[in-house]
Amino acid sequence: MAATDAPQYRIDPPLERIPEMGRIPAGSAIEARLEKIWETAPGWRGWLSTVDHKTIGVRYLVTAFLFLVIGGIEALFLRIQLAGPDMAFLTPEQYNQLFTMHGVTMIFLYALPVLSGFSNYLWPLLLGSRDMAFPRLNALSYWIFLFAGLFMYISFPLGQAPNAGWFNYVPFSGPIYNTGPNIDVFALGMVLLGISTTVGSINFVVTLFRMRAPGMTINRVPILVWGTLTASVANLFAIPAVSLAFFLLWLDRQIGAHFFDVANNGQPLLWQHLFWIFGHPWVYVVVLPAMGIVSDALPTFCRRPLVGYTAVALATMATMLLGFGVWVHHMFATGLPTVALSIFGAASMVISIPSAVAVFAWIATIWLGKPVFKTPFLFFAGFVALFIIGGMSGVMTAAVPLDWQLNETYFIVAHLHYVLLGINVFPVVGAIYYWFPKFTGRMMSEKLGKWSFWTMFIGFNAGFFPMHIAGLLGMPRRIYTYPSRMGWDEVNLITTVGSFIFAVGVLIFLVNVVLSVKRGARAGANPWDAPTLEWAVSSPPPAYNFATIPTIASRHPLWEGRIEGEEEHSRTKLEEGYLLMRGRETLGTSPIDAKPVVILKMPEDSYTPFLVGLFVSLLFVGLLLHSWTFTALMAALSCAALSSWMWPRRKLGQRTTRHGPASAGRGGEGP
Amino acid sequence: MGVQYSLAVRSAFSHSAAAGIAHIVASLRTLELVKPMKASKSGFDSRSAIKNLRFRITFLALSTIAARPSEAADTLRTPLNYFLYSYGPAATPVMHLGWLMTALLSAITFIVILLLVIAIVRKRSSADSGMIGAESGGLRWVYIGTGISTFILAGLTVYFLAVLNAVAKPTEAPALTLTVTGYDWWWSIEYEHADPAKRFVTANEIHIPVGRPVLLKLKSADVIHAFWVPVLAGKTQMIPGLVNQKWIQADAPGVYVGQCAQFCGVAHAHMNLEVVAESDQDFEKWQEAQRRTAFPVSEHNEHGYKLFMDRCGGCHAVRGTEAEGLHGPDLTHLNSRGRIAAGLLTNTPDHLMDWITRAQYFKPGARMPSIALSDSEASALASYLSTLN
Repeated sequence: MAATDAPQYRIDPPLERIPEMGRIPAGSAIEARLEKIWETAPGWRGWLSTVDHKTIGVRYLVTAFLFLVIGGIEALFLRIQLAGPDMAFLTPEQYNQLFTMHGVTMIFLYALPVLSGFSNYLWPLLLGSRDMAFPRLNALSYWIFLFAGLFMYISFPLGQAPNAGWFNYVPFSGPIYNTGPNIDVFALGMVLLGISTTVGSINFVVTLFRMRAPGMTINRVPILVWGTLTASVANLFAIPAVSLAFFLLWLDRQIGAHFFDVANNGQPLLWQHLFWIFGHPWVYVVVLPAMGIVSDALPTFCRRPLVGYTAVALATMATMLLGFGVWVHHMFATGLPTVALSIFGAASMVISIPSAVAVFAWIATIWLGKPVFKTPFLFFAGFVALFIIGGMSGVMTAAVPLDWQLNETYFIVAHLHYVLLGINVFPVVGAIYYWFPKFTGRMMSEKLGKWSFWTMFIGFNAGFFPMHIAGLLGMPRRIYTYPSRMGWDEVNLITTVGSFIFAVGVLIFLVNVVLSVKRGARAGANPWDAPTLEWAVSSPPPAYNFATIPTIASRHPLWEGRIEGEEEHSRTKLEEGYLLMRGRETLGTSPIDAKPVVILKMPEDSYTPFLVGLFVSLLFVGLLLHSWTFTALMAALSCAALSSWMWPRRKLGQRTTRHGPASAGRGGEGP
Repeated sequence: MGVQYSLAVRSAFSHSAAAGIAHIVASLRTLELVKPMKASKSGFDSRSAIKNLRFRITFLALSTIAARPSEAADTLRTPLNYFLYSYGPAATPVMHLGWLMTALLSAITFIVILLLVIAIVRKRSSADSGMIGAESGGLRWVYIGTGISTFILAGLTVYFLAVLNAVAKPTEAPALTLTVTGYDWWWSIEYEHADPAKRFVTANEIHIPVGRPVLLKLKSADVIHAFWVPVLAGKTQMIPGLVNQKWIQADAPGVYVGQCAQFCGVAHAHMNLEVVAESDQDFEKWQEAQRRTAFPVSEHNEHGYKLFMDRCGGCHAVRGTEAEGLHGPDLTHLNSRGRIAAGLLTNTPDHLMDWITRAQYFKPGARMPSIALSDSEASALASYLSTLN
């Protein structure tokens, strides 16, 4: 895929152009020019207007980790209350708000955003591009996530936080039994957050099919990309269900609609269906990209490529596909007919199969490789162990009659923490250790790293394994206290102790981050000798990512020539490529084969994403406060900011071929 | 002990592996690792938090499972323990399913984690570290691992579907039909009868005859609750606007504890109930007693009766009097029940007055207010309440 192929995609001015090929030596004047084109203005202007995917990615990561810490502290409060029988550390209402906010924070404000952070930062680097497909949309996605997170905490200091659980079942969350602003905050916050997730997902989908470097055919993209792509497509189908559900609930609460109102033939069970049609795919949304992280990063430490790339990529998508057909396993106890339960129970069993594919691929990768015991490896190996345990307890809950017992007990709490902490938090922390040198140019401390792993791993198992037993002893979820006569005292005390040990482990990790940002040893471009493209650029990467757009020839561009048994090794070109430096530009390629088809003119930094995000969020504040004038004003301002954003600019017209394969892809940068 | 074990073997379930596990579990039950505890009638649960934090050295997971062998569930150390105990045909096949799955899946977990550990620590020939292993190979792991998993999952699916079928319906027609309605945060129980005069309502304590299937119609008066008496059957939600059905049967006399299993608000933690299984004769006797209206008020209790009508009758009903409130439990035969406040306290005269005067302390957020009574009012009311046998 070099200059010789160009005639087929001949590009002429004004909207057609043949890009120059060439090299840009580090430190040259031409590189400085590129830097100038892509750099973000210093100070608060740049801070509010940047559309750099790396900055946005880091913001996502930092914000999500802040929410993780908040949600974790809430959990510790819950664990103190449950440490012994009949404790009065929290009132029941405080307990209910805290467990609700713990769930909401971890599931919505930590688990996906943290993965979006990695994907935002890494995608263009992994794919050999200079940015995401829609940089301004990317910025908007972050701002709305931040504002939605703050929004959902708006009533927390007033003691009026959401209190009906993250699943928020009606009628308890309806207007009769929950009269405060608690649920309105949650309902509106979820609709707002849904906007962020939706635009972010669209951005990922388009980026994958449009922004890969030439030669990166669809079977050469890293598994993380498969994971995030799958999750993003799923979001586009799942988020509408939950946004609709919360919007209907808000209508019930505020304008007297009767969607869930039994007295007027509304149907509370409808809520459960809408919520879980979203909720179950969401479970996979927050684990598949994390599994992708492991599939990509674990091989680096095993000194061999992942076993079964195709099988793992297909398993990722199969999991998601099946994931849309098992939502009823959250509703086995709702009195549905036995035939329906049988079908959904069996489907829930089947969904374990693709997970088995991934697990055995990871174990085989370790077995056949030569593991290097660095901290990220420990987290990834620990993750595999926790995944196995969480997967097995999941199989038990798929058995319908057994689930009638397990459902709504601490067994489920144990299971979901094994899968969510095991499959999300452990890979994420491992991934921070892994990519920290790329983000900051410095290594994290290995010594503190090993301490943090072992403390977290031991604390996690000490804290969460006994929850299985509490569940088998019949302890229901979401009870703020329990009497001693139930026999749950010891098991809860152990859980509380374990959860504090786990928290200490997280603290060691955070201390390691803070110390290493300033004092860590300098990292080169590729400190782990990793195979993927992000390690080809300096650490931290320059604003433009790649001086020239590389041409990719294999799944492991940085390992080429060193792989055993490689007969004639492929030649990825990293130094020489398309120059593309008349303003912010990158290359658009065809969806499957990644043949170059278009020069994408990328937008400059802009305040409009921030302003649109701000006004839309304030619009929701207006709805919450019933201030209709304010709401209307904010709607008008949102439209004005959007118009400014959308205003057609000749400068951003794409340069494309007249009759080339990409003529269908003509169009502006989009919203 | 022996009774339970033979029950397990006797049951329709004849899987030999599970029977083996049954044997292990049965011997586990005899381990008295935990100090046996006199439950139920020993007094109300102290709220003194720190005092109750018992740092007993019982860190073995087993210790929390093992319990004093006994026939009656109310004396169990863990009355909601459905994993080791079941007392009826709607629960026992499920318990065996739980044993088999736990044993099998634990074994698989152990094996796969062992493979992972060996994969990590096994010795490698020290070759050139600059070389990268070949990409091909290793797929056999995926084929074999996934193949075995699929086979096992298919087997488990067939087994659980058979269990589902076995517990879906009772083998004989139900001897009794009850309507249980969930309220914030207690249970109303209505005994149906073809003759309207023989219907009656009670609360928080269900009586059933031993060895007979009982059909429950589950309703809710407000939010979603879930009916769950673990050692008799799994849980079923009580959803406003719907009537769900489930059946229970107790094969041994005893008191079986249940708890609301669907988060339903501020006092969700304090929404328990009890199922009392008794012989046909005892059950008939109890039923006859429940059908009666309250005894006429004697002169001696006039003051207490008045107080009750003024302060309690708006929410509570006592059949045969003017108290017809429907917001709280029917109190016609209050003293026949083992516990008050939906399982929170044992039913003694002292606890009853404690509850009436400090309901919000014992059960924060409950619909029942703490009622201010002078000493003379309290004793008058107590005297009247003592007649509600």
